Amino acid sequence: MAKIKVNNLNLWYGSFQALKGVYANFAEKKITAIIGPSGCGKSTMLRVFNRMNDLIEGVRTSGEIIIDNLNVLGEETDLVALRKKVGIVFQRPNPFPLSVYENIVFGIRVHEQPRKKAELNGIVEESLKSVLLWDELKDKLKMPALHLSLEQKQRLCIARLIAVKPDVVLMDEPCSTLDPQATARIEELMRELRKNYTIIIVTHNMQQAARVSDDTGFMLLGELVEFGATHEIFTAPKDKRTEDYITGRYG
Amino acid sequence: MRKLKEFIIEKLILVCGLASIFFVVLIFLFLLKEGLSVFKSISLPDFLFGKNWYPISDPPQLGILPLILGSLLVTVGAAAISIPLGVGAAIYIAEIAPAKSKEVLKAGIELLAAIPSVVLGFIGMVTLVPWVKNIFHLPTGLTALSGSIMLAFMATPTIVSIAEDALYSVPKTYKEGAFALGATHWQTIYRVLLPAASSGILAAVMLGIGRVIGETMAVMMITGNSAIIPNSILQPVRTLTATIAAEMGEAVVGSEHYFALFAIGIVLFVISFAVNVTADLFLHKRK
Repeated sequence: MAKIKVNNLNLWYGSFQALKGVYANFAEKKITAIIGPSGCGKSTMLRVFNRMNDLIEGVRTSGEIIIDNLNVLGEETDLVALRKKVGIVFQRPNPFPLSVYENIVFGIRVHEQPRKKAELNGIVEESLKSVLLWDELKDKLKMPALHLSLEQKQRLCIARLIAVKPDVVLMDEPCSTLDPQATARIEELMRELRKNYTIIIVTHNMQQAARVSDDTGFMLLGELVEFGATHEIFTAPKDKRTEDYITGRYG
Repeated sequence: MRKLKEFIIEKLILVCGLASIFFVVLIFLFLLKEGLSVFKSISLPDFLFGKNWYPISDPPQLGILPLILGSLLVTVGAAAISIPLGVGAAIYIAEIAPAKSKEVLKAGIELLAAIPSVVLGFIGMVTLVPWVKNIFHLPTGLTALSGSIMLAFMATPTIVSIAEDALYSVPKTYKEGAFALGATHWQTIYRVLLPAASSGILAAVMLGIGRVIGETMAVMMITGNSAIIPNSILQPVRTLTATIAAEMGEAVVGSEHYFALFAIGIVLFVISFAVNVTADLFLHKRK
């Protein structure tokens, strides 16, 4: 079932068109990878799903993105509700300069859902367990998050997101600063998270897309060239440009 | 030939560097030598906590508690006004103001810092002082409150520019992360940006206060200069700095009064040194 429908999406940074007439359907509770060379618009594509692009001055969009009947690009869209529903994990882990505990309850605090202390503790435990950090950090919840290792930080950022119970998790090259072992463990975590969340991941790393994703989209110069099941894209691409890219002729 | 030139220049620069330290040490030693002489005739606790400052009565009474409290009252008042104002302005400039007005505002703040304190004192004397007098129905408008308000004008630019710098240098990824979790702009500011910039903001506050404590001219002109222990911010007070400036000219060189003024200088030096070191600690913590 399609969780996210993208119809004729265009996006401009000032006069530069970064996305050109994109159509795609993203399946629910699957991992969809967006691949393509640098500057092809894949990060832009990802960030438009929860309107992170709004932070940049001079961004215009046209077309529509529908997530569960909600038009993301509408003028009156409630951005706070949207970002609660559609969370994002960034390329560089960016925990806040607060304690591990405060990082995880941050989302709950900003959404002003009054919770009892015990409930908050429960959420912290549950979130840390779901990113397999609980055993490492259960005695160090007061520790500043900035003292964690890079991988732990990235896991914490995922846990912080899970704590607000999103539907969709966007990941913008989440492993690009990690070593291969850490990358493998984060990928394992993604497969685990797929049971409950719709995941869209942007990656530079084609092997990663092939390893973890169910569907793959290939982007080039702002166009979504090809979109389909991952095994088909990687074994029998229909477009010549896709074939050239995945066989390493450029990129 | 070139080597010789290098050598001479290097040594010259060395001399310049050493000279600045040398002069600071000299000034400090002179201050100590003159200031400590007062303790031949009065004990340290009597000096610091004595309630009466009558330097020219016979025998002279040299308690500086009224002066310390005067300085403290004016400083606390100025801090109470300038900290919220300065931090608020810094948040506005760093986070909320559109790019164009940002530049104008920053220039305006710098201009405020460039006003000589005697001009501020003069303006305060002719505008603020009568205003305070009328509003509170006081016999005189020359009060600690007037001094606090004028000094707040002097501390604010320091606080704004350093706090703005601290807020601006918070990594943009924190802001992005907070927005991505659905935080509003204000939640992002007070839950993430302010804690992240807290040490820089504290340093800004300390430096602003440091400026207030050392300020002389404006307070001398508008605080009334009466050396009594104040029991309200609406009374005239006299600060440590104003005492030195006002009395040094008439104190007989070598008298107890003269030495006492130097001792006040030491007290001021210790206070500003402590404030500056604290500010420095916060600034380093930031890095």
